[in-house]
Amino acid sequence: MDAMIDVRHLTRRFGPVTAVNDVSFSVDRGEVLGFLGPNGAGKSTTMKVITGFLAPTGGTAVICGADIVENPIAAKRHIGYLPEGAPAYPDMTTLGFLRFIARIRGFSGADAERRIDLAVNRTALGGVLAQSIDTLSKGFKRRVGLAQALLHDPDVLILDEPTDGLDPNQKHEVRTLITELAPSKAIIISTHILEEVDAVCTRAIIVAQGRLLADGTPSQLEARSRHHNAVRLAISGEAPDAATALLRLPGVQSVEPVDDAEGAGLMIFPREGHAIVSEVTDLVRTAGWPIAGMRVERGRLDDVFRAITAPAA
Amino acid sequence: MHNTWVIFRRELASYFATPLAYVFIVIFLVLAGALTFFLGNFFDRGQDDLVSFFSFHPWLYLVFIPALSMRLWAEERKSGTIELFLTLPVSLSAAVLGKFFAAWAFAGIALILTFPFWITANILGSPDNGVILASYIGSFLMAGGYLAIGSALSALTKNQVIAFVLTAAVCFLFTVSGSTVVLGFLQNWAPAGVQDSVASFSFYSHFNAILRGVIDLRDAVFFVSVMALFLYANAVIVDLTKAD
Repeated sequence: MDAMIDVRHLTRRFGPVTAVNDVSFSVDRGEVLGFLGPNGAGKSTTMKVITGFLAPTGGTAVICGADIVENPIAAKRHIGYLPEGAPAYPDMTTLGFLRFIARIRGFSGADAERRIDLAVNRTALGGVLAQSIDTLSKGFKRRVGLAQALLHDPDVLILDEPTDGLDPNQKHEVRTLITELAPSKAIIISTHILEEVDAVCTRAIIVAQGRLLADGTPSQLEARSRHHNAVRLAISGEAPDAATALLRLPGVQSVEPVDDAEGAGLMIFPREGHAIVSEVTDLVRTAGWPIAGMRVERGRLDDVFRAITAPAA
Repeated sequence: MHNTWVIFRRELASYFATPLAYVFIVIFLVLAGALTFFLGNFFDRGQDDLVSFFSFHPWLYLVFIPALSMRLWAEERKSGTIELFLTLPVSLSAAVLGKFFAAWAFAGIALILTFPFWITANILGSPDNGVILASYIGSFLMAGGYLAIGSALSALTKNQVIAFVLTAAVCFLFTVSGSTVVLGFLQNWAPAGVQDSVASFSFYSHFNAILRGVIDLRDAVFFVSVMALFLYANAVIVDLTKAD
């Protein structure tokens, strides 16, 4: 089956600035694609082109078989879009706004009301239906934006920073919602919150300066981190020669002292492709150091993110 | 067609969502009345027609129409809702037309609410109601012309105040281009063809032609073409400026 979102060599320039530079990727049903990148990397621009708000300078995006450049209206019918900041008409009530969206998407009568009910229940908007949107809190506004995007039960969901500005509970709710919707849809979410990628995404791509720099599952990306398989060791007592002893292990690349919120300790980095946890445990046991804690690191997305997106010095 | 209707309803309702619409209509009616009775000498003229009412409409619209049209696109751009609006499955022409017709309908409602003038004239005398009807139609067409200009210019900026000033200025030019001041200025150096075409762009002269009681096809075509031209420009401007 063809991918539901197929982005082909997408380029968008604003005058001399190339905001999106030859980006290609595709998303299948059931995938939640995390779209990562620093501010100004071209995330929002890419989404605006995919959703048909901006015309591409080159390339195109095909949504469920409909080309967004040649057949924009057909393509837009398949998309539910939450623009950055979840804009909605402030003078309308929540219900009035959702009714407008339902009508313009071609639903009427009982069908429209049923769809509105469903979207309202999914986003827990029941209490604010009669309230005008400009009196709503940020969290509710975001949910109105989500309800609007879900109303027509689209095949493709494109959410630009869906949890930005929400409190931790609200973030959790939105992530749960995305996970619930995931099996039947192709979803793209943009974010610069890396924990979100671990929480909801099945795949992540990283863009910087308009270029696509990495594409993989979150664990594949984490494996590119230098912290991948590193061992964090906290020694509770005196062991002045620990660092030197650890360095002598064959799999160990380097040992760095760390002192952060978790407390003081040693971070032991492995040589490329080595798993060093058993070597380290053996050494600790033979040396008899008093151990307060030990952990194998999975790798850190923010390391990878920084390494990939930092402008070349 | 369906989408134009849905957008039309939303836009028209949004005028009435705040008390602004009512304030607006009241000011329009008060101004229309004040101009008719004080500047137009409705009673002293001793004639049973509504010329002293209608002849102020071009000037009234110079203030009233930019205030109506300024929010059409500037507000969408400012609040970012334009991104939501234009990613819905609607064509740009449906979007432009829906908004325009809503503003035009609002102007129409304000115009209809001036019916007490018509009643007054009918009580005090027996005016030619055909002429009055033609004048109302002419005034409505002229309002559409001004609104199309205002709608297009509103897409140029995110700032409603700028949209207002810009529209008032451009509408002023379209109003006075047939006046003796402008033509006198051109008289000495511009070729006759230029003078004629500048004069033919005047809303004022086309409207005055209609006030005489006959809706000449040329005058109607003029206002309709102005609307078509500026609404087309409106779509182009929206497409060009939506990105920033």
